Amino acid sequence: MITLSGVHKSFGPNRVLRGVDLTIPKGQSMVIIGGSGTGKSVLLKCVLGLVAPDAGTISLEGQDVTRGDRDAFLARFGMLFQGGALFDSLRVWENVAFRLLRGAKAMPKDEARAVAIEKLRRVGLKPAVADLFPGELSGGMQKRVGLARAIAANPEVIFFDEPTTGLDPIMSGVINALIREIVVEMGSTAMAITHDMSSVRAIADQVAMLHDGVIRWTGPVAEMDAASDPYLQQFIHGRATGPIEGVR
Amino acid sequence: MIARTLAQIGRPVLAVLAAFGRVALFAADTIRHLLTPPFYGREFAIALLQIGWFSLPVVGLTAFFTGGALALQIYSGGARFSAEAVVPQIVAIGMARELGPVLGGLMVAARVASSIAAEIGTMKVTEQIDALVTLSTHPMKYLTVPRVLAATLAVPILVAVGDSIGIGGGWLVGVTKLGFNSATYIQNTNDFLEVWDVGSGLVKGAVFGFIVALMGCYFGMNSGRGAQGVGAATKAAVVAASVMILAANYVLTGLFFTS
Ligand SMILES: Nc1ncnc2c1ncn2[C@@H]1O[C@H](COP(=O)(O)OP(=O)(O)OP(=O)(O)O)[C@@H](O)[C@H]1O
Ligand SMILES: [Mg+2]
Repeated sequence: MITLSGVHKSFGPNRVLRGVDLTIPKGQSMVIIGGSGTGKSVLLKCVLGLVAPDAGTISLEGQDVTRGDRDAFLARFGMLFQGGALFDSLRVWENVAFRLLRGAKAMPKDEARAVAIEKLRRVGLKPAVADLFPGELSGGMQKRVGLARAIAANPEVIFFDEPTTGLDPIMSGVINALIREIVVEMGSTAMAITHDMSSVRAIADQVAMLHDGVIRWTGPVAEMDAASDPYLQQFIHGRATGPIEGVR
Repeated sequence: MIARTLAQIGRPVLAVLAAFGRVALFAADTIRHLLTPPFYGREFAIALLQIGWFSLPVVGLTAFFTGGALALQIYSGGARFSAEAVVPQIVAIGMARELGPVLGGLMVAARVASSIAAEIGTMKVTEQIDALVTLSTHPMKYLTVPRVLAATLAVPILVAVGDSIGIGGGWLVGVTKLGFNSATYIQNTNDFLEVWDVGSGLVKGAVFGFIVALMGCYFGMNSGRGAQGVGAATKAAVVAASVMILAANYVLTGLFFTS
């Protein structure tokens, strides 16, 4: 279980997070929705400690994430970055197997490569891609390599920052199914950001909407459509008019 | 009025001091991470190749032409008081003590500080540094330590090669244009040079190598956002490395040769 309480973060005068309270139950998937630039990516980075919150506490299984052994903490996580964030000096398979090749539990190279190729297959990439460099791939392929890297070490907690943006509808379907499978079969806790409402319905157990620096609405995905919150309704139906301003 | 003037002077001074403090902390951090495992051998080997091996041509060419020009200058300058014969000795001492390390260091600064800062800066703006952290890999250990260690070890070797090539350049000019006897030229150089003349240059080289890689990594890690941020970081790394090399050279020369 991940618990955030009263998380604040500003960049200069830009007050991005203004007291976020959120609980993600263990073994469930939480999808964060919200307008572009509302701080969804910043929120994920706060949990990982990549961005230090100005105030508030974040805990994993009751333990404050800023205390204790960072390495042990991060070893439980996988993260897909919005931009992929692949290491462009390493080959695709070395990117995917990055964690497997290093550290105390490092695997032999052949074994790590085999795992990498299997993970690539799961995100719909052929083995031939393994020996290319990230710069030689299309945007959507890079995104999927990033996804393969995030799940390579079978982490307990996985964060996906817009896993399906830039993918064709079929590939989006494949990735949504994969994320669902990881949560159900591996029992991982997932936190995903997406703008794609069909992804929300495919992935989510729980949904949270971030707006104006706070969680505007949160609840099980089944209750989302019936919820009366006008902000949420405008967002899920993509209406141009409503309480959320078009210019942000 | 006076208060305002003082404030105007004080502010940049404080900014410079703060920058020095941050660089010093970064250097201490680098050394701390160097001394604690894990050590990334593959990254170190790549850095050695990039910083050492691939800098050889530029350092060699610089030294060669500098040695040649030095021989011409000393010959024409020495002629004013009939001291043309000292060309071999002055070329040797000038290359080994000063020009080898300083010009070698500056060439490496131009080549290496810029490429390190641009590479790490790009990794920063494309979230690759964040990705490293989430993959339980410390960016200081994975990026900074291998580069700084490689530069500290490789630049003295580059300086030694540069010294030899520079002295060779002086010899070539001396023998072909200035009428020196080849055997005598070499004999004079050998007899004159002391171990510390060369050794002090190598120590300087190690310090300059450390400075170059450290500046590249520091400005890369602290790069601003976007292409503009990376560009600014690259420029700052080269400028800072060059100025610090020249300042460190003065301090080291003072330490080594005045007593
Ligand atoms: N490192 C940073 N420095 C300064 N401002 C930042 C930084 N990171 C994010 N911001 C600001 O924080 C705000 C939220 O950014 P964030 O990337 O979290 O948005 P988002 O909700 O993920 O949007 P999108 O859906 O477009 O990805 C933006 O206004 C952005 O300018
Ligand atoms: Mg985002």
